[in-house]
Amino acid sequence: MLNENKPITIGVVGNPNTGKTSLFNCLTGLRQRVGNYPGITVERKLGTAFLGEQAVTLIDLPGTYSMAANSPDEEVVLDVLCGEMSLEQPVDLVLCVVDTSNLQRNLFLATQIADLGLPMVIALNMWDEAENRGMQIDVTQLSLNLGIPCIPTDAKRNAGLDELKNALKDAIQNKPKLNSLVWPNSVNQATEFLKKELGNSAPKDEARLRRILFDVDSILLRRIKMDAGAKKEIVQNARKVLMNDGLNPLAAEALLQYKHVGLMLEGIERSAVIRNRRTESIDRILMHRGWGLIVFMGLMYLVFQAVYSWSGPFMDLIDGSIGWLQDTAARPLESMPMLQSLVSDGIIGGIGAFLIFLPQILILFFFVSLLEDSGYMARAAFLMDKLFRWCGLNGKSFVPMLSSYACAIPGIMAARTIENPKARLATVLISPLISCSARLPVYILFIGAFIEPRYGAWWAGFTLFAMHLLGLLLSFPISWVLTRFILKTASSPFVLELPPYRAPKLGNVFNRMYLRGMDFLKTAGTIIFAMTILIWATLYFPRPESIEQETRASFIEEEASQKQISVNELETLLDDEGSEQGAALREKLTLTTETRYIEQSYLGQTGKFLQPIFEPAGYDWRVTLGIVSSFPAREVIISTMGIIYRLGDVDEKSDGLRDAMAKQVWQEGPRKGTPIFTIPMVLGLLVFFALCQQCAATIGVIAQEIGWKWALFSFTYMTILAWVGAVATYQIGMLFVS
Amino acid sequence: MNTLRELRVGHRAIVASIETGTIVGQRLLALGIVPGTRLSVTKVAPLGDPIAIEFNGCHVSLRRDEAEGVFIKEETGSAL
Repeated sequence: MLNENKPITIGVVGNPNTGKTSLFNCLTGLRQRVGNYPGITVERKLGTAFLGEQAVTLIDLPGTYSMAANSPDEEVVLDVLCGEMSLEQPVDLVLCVVDTSNLQRNLFLATQIADLGLPMVIALNMWDEAENRGMQIDVTQLSLNLGIPCIPTDAKRNAGLDELKNALKDAIQNKPKLNSLVWPNSVNQATEFLKKELGNSAPKDEARLRRILFDVDSILLRRIKMDAGAKKEIVQNARKVLMNDGLNPLAAEALLQYKHVGLMLEGIERSAVIRNRRTESIDRILMHRGWGLIVFMGLMYLVFQAVYSWSGPFMDLIDGSIGWLQDTAARPLESMPMLQSLVSDGIIGGIGAFLIFLPQILILFFFVSLLEDSGYMARAAFLMDKLFRWCGLNGKSFVPMLSSYACAIPGIMAARTIENPKARLATVLISPLISCSARLPVYILFIGAFIEPRYGAWWAGFTLFAMHLLGLLLSFPISWVLTRFILKTASSPFVLELPPYRAPKLGNVFNRMYLRGMDFLKTAGTIIFAMTILIWATLYFPRPESIEQETRASFIEEEASQKQISVNELETLLDDEGSEQGAALREKLTLTTETRYIEQSYLGQTGKFLQPIFEPAGYDWRVTLGIVSSFPAREVIISTMGIIYRLGDVDEKSDGLRDAMAKQVWQEGPRKGTPIFTIPMVLGLLVFFALCQQCAATIGVIAQEIGWKWALFSFTYMTILAWVGAVATYQIGMLFVS
Repeated sequence: MNTLRELRVGHRAIVASIETGTIVGQRLLALGIVPGTRLSVTKVAPLGDPIAIEFNGCHVSLRRDEAEGVFIKEETGSAL
């Protein structure tokens, strides 16, 4: 009987590329909840389906080929199905989604799951594709042979859903079990031995003991609290039992199960293996040495253009709306400057700080979904793999790294498409090194101000190009070091299925964009928002009230002596509402006050405090202050420089800012009187911006994807790298200059 | 014995055995590349590695180093 209090949980499992998620979407509609399993980058996706009146919970488990768990994704599948995942209810029933064109391989996974003792229903998905390829399958006989209901479905056109729901409903009552393999006696003896020897922390059920027996480096074995050498010896002894029976313990499961599957499939497929001619002829072009690369580059150019340029209008719209909101909200709060600044710069600015990334994320995931669902992503990885593998990455690192040229945030999120956990981690950690579009205005400012006037357009262009190449060129050796010496995560093989080409279903594409977007807003968005408020506070406080008076007094004195008039005369001029001169003076005073506020803020004090550290890179305290204030977002340096040099609103093309920088000379010290912005210093500054992780949003999204530990690690290594780069450039450059 | 690493594009072979005890070997077995399986190399990536193979109607890409663990008996004649 059904227990009315406990909702039924159905685990949806299957090989990758079987249309599993598409079927999950069909069954649950929009009743989905998405999150992450804590501590690991594995998506947790739950949905509610209605089997008639009855509501059941469906868990969309990551696609996997085998229960021998070698990656965090596969561990989640194993743990959820074994009832070991604390977040999930134990699974009552398994819906195994198989690709009808590929029964043999897909049923291997089904037999492994059935071995855990779970009741199962099979969805023969992509039924239409198999039929179109000329395959004929006797479904009734197949269900009989397997001992469980097999339902032809086609998620693409919502076919077979009612039948599937009925079968699931019945299965909740009947608990149909797949006709499992009868294990040879030696296997049972070996598991019995394991149970006896491995102690209390070992699993007690035969099924999981078999995983320990059969799997290379089993995760279940690793979790047993026992001396590693002792565990190894016990398992070796258990495996000897199989070897004495003439079985290779590390191949026995596959050989026996594939044989078992073969027997169950006898007479079912009334056709020999039919090759997918359409896919093969498309591959003749797309995987071709020459044409394949041309198409690849064309497609990647399109993806890049979309993320880089098409997102522009949407970002401008968000930027404009946030600006308007800031002004609108600021007006009624004129009398309360602290609250005004908190609401307008802190809160609304903080919302803008993460909303601005949404267009690029959505556009990139639109393309990533198309590339994955169509089957092209695997081909792209195939074409590019050799370029990346020597440094521990693989072909799937290409799209995240390419996207990072627009912005590291969608790039880091796209690293989820990389199955290999080690390569995924490394890709996330090097993506922020790639020169993103926020660096461009900074490059333009300094190159335009110092390189172009002196060396001409060609060298200016070359410097710009070099800056875009620098991070990329460094990212490979850094990844090599990371994967070789620092990342402890196990690597998984690059055995990649090249699925048949299929037309992507737009519903799934939009669903994925929506889920990724929501994920970003909820997790990274919260982090970025909190960081923005924090940064606002360090820029605003302590703000002693006396500053305004002090600045006014010293300003009047300074201006009066400059203009050679008396203090009183200047004060009258300053307060003269009517005169143009008064207005100009008042504006100058406002700017001076703003500069003073920045200088005395906690961030400004930090900048002055850190000055000695940046001294070897040739920065004075103003440049250091600009650098420190641009850690939350690198492009901020431009507006900060505008404030520091008392120019007001500036952008990267402002002549005023360029002149002001060129005029800066050392006020004291051995270099007194010489310009601060020399060519070696400017080049070093460019290198600093190219390599430094001056982006709170990137830190937030790394924390979302792989955790805080790695977010702090990436911030630290990039800051050190940038500092070393800037100092080395400056010091070496100075040797040439002098 | 020859390994899959050496099989040239367009050539067919029968799997004789798989090197076990490695994660790659386990993955290949799970995918159904068991002894007796007929396979052929269909493509080589532009930079010479990885290779793409076909067996039982499915296509898989793997690196040459990984293909080294698949021992084969080459069949004569072309797969195409």
